[in-house]
Amino acid sequence: MPILLEKRQLVVPGDLIAEGDYIAGDNTYKEKDKIYASRVGIVEYETKKVDVVALKSFYIPRMGDIVIGTITEVGFNGWMVDINSPYPALLRASDVLSRPFKPQKDDLPQVLDAGDLVVAKVVSYDRTHDPHLTVAEPGLGKITRGQILKVTPTKVPRIIGRKGSMISMIKQETGCNIILGVNGVVLITGKTLEDEQLAMMALLKIEAESHTTGLTDRITQMLKEEKSKRGGKTE
Amino acid sequence: MNEKPEKLIDKKGLRLDGRKPDELRPIKMEVGVISNANGSAYIEWGKNKIVAAVYGPREVHPKHLALQDRSVVKCRYHMASFSVQERKSPAPSRREIELSKVIRESLQPAIFTEYYPRTMIDVFIEVLQADGGTRCAGITAAALALADSGIPMRDLVVSCAAGKIENTIVLDLFDTEDKAGSADVPVALMPNLNAVTLLQMDGILTHEEFEKAVNMALEGCKTVYALQKEALKTRYLNVKGEVETETKEEEEAEE
Repeated sequence: MPILLEKRQLVVPGDLIAEGDYIAGDNTYKEKDKIYASRVGIVEYETKKVDVVALKSFYIPRMGDIVIGTITEVGFNGWMVDINSPYPALLRASDVLSRPFKPQKDDLPQVLDAGDLVVAKVVSYDRTHDPHLTVAEPGLGKITRGQILKVTPTKVPRIIGRKGSMISMIKQETGCNIILGVNGVVLITGKTLEDEQLAMMALLKIEAESHTTGLTDRITQMLKEEKSKRGGKTE
Repeated sequence: MNEKPEKLIDKKGLRLDGRKPDELRPIKMEVGVISNANGSAYIEWGKNKIVAAVYGPREVHPKHLALQDRSVVKCRYHMASFSVQERKSPAPSRREIELSKVIRESLQPAIFTEYYPRTMIDVFIEVLQADGGTRCAGITAAALALADSGIPMRDLVVSCAAGKIENTIVLDLFDTEDKAGSADVPVALMPNLNAVTLLQMDGILTHEEFEKAVNMALEGCKTVYALQKEALKTRYLNVKGEVETETKEEEEAEE
């Protein structure tokens, strides 16, 4: 006997969503043919699978994710990195140096020190091991300049926009390069500080108004207006 | 104030604060009150005022306490020194240490601890003003804070007590009744799974009285659950709007 809540209904942990032959998807669990919600969220379902889109969550590493982290500790042959998740990440020295690490020759704090920011990729993670990071790919590595912004991990998809429309628009309008860490940390690098500030303004506006419709258009307009204002000043 | 009143129930059958035997005190809840915590809640249950905050899952300190197959739940129940009439020493008392354990054990079955091994979930319950039944109010607030933090849970946990004063079984005793009465039965419940996670009894009751008290407390739990759910939904209603328009826009784009 399948009973279903309406789509997009707000549920809290323990709410019964479906009964019968369904598959428990994200943020749900099944017990005795009944599917319950396990997080505060919105009900979504396809023909057989029931999901809850979580409204609040934290970042759990996944293989292949691009993240931005802070070095917290320099170890004997690598670094510990805070990636905004329950688990600390490891970054190996040989990976950063791209050659075998020799403790006699290499001074780790000179390469990366506590407080440094890195763009990295998660190479391995499972429930028995802490995540491993790598920077041995183009575009990854130590951050030398730019602005850092933290957003809620659940709002990252909104910043990307559908098929990347929002993020590519901001990049184009401000001329900044934006790296979006899946863990909710954003790096903005532009030619001038003003460009960076402009991009930051747009991102903060997205975070504050992420619930409104037609946001992409309004952000475009805001950026254009700001640009003409500033252009007027310099001339 | 500290003297024992002569009668706990008057001729009309009403209690000292004018409640009927099966009536709860007024309850007010708010979610997301502490911005530093991952999840938090505030509850006003009669004259009780309690804040609960949840941190985590986060790294375990000291490291050797970490469990390889699930996360560790830590709980601290604490009464502020100004929470009672006579100043209470801020050091954790025997009673507070016991309550911390009891509350932890009543919340733990509701949390999917096996999802995040080698981590720790910290629950803090701070009693700002106490007037009897703080463990029940504390559990209710802590469950809200857990849900607010985004930790996956099997169900919310609600708690309510019943007791015996002057040979009558009554719901939700306040401080004076608790001290002058003859028994107190706090119960915590996972309402959707219909599972009891806490059941204590302080005092002496007959079999029949005990059964009546438990059933009355369970009824109370269900009433509190409705309020608890409402508080959580109020907090997330505006957040819901955000996701709603997102998915709508996506659908429109697909069309």
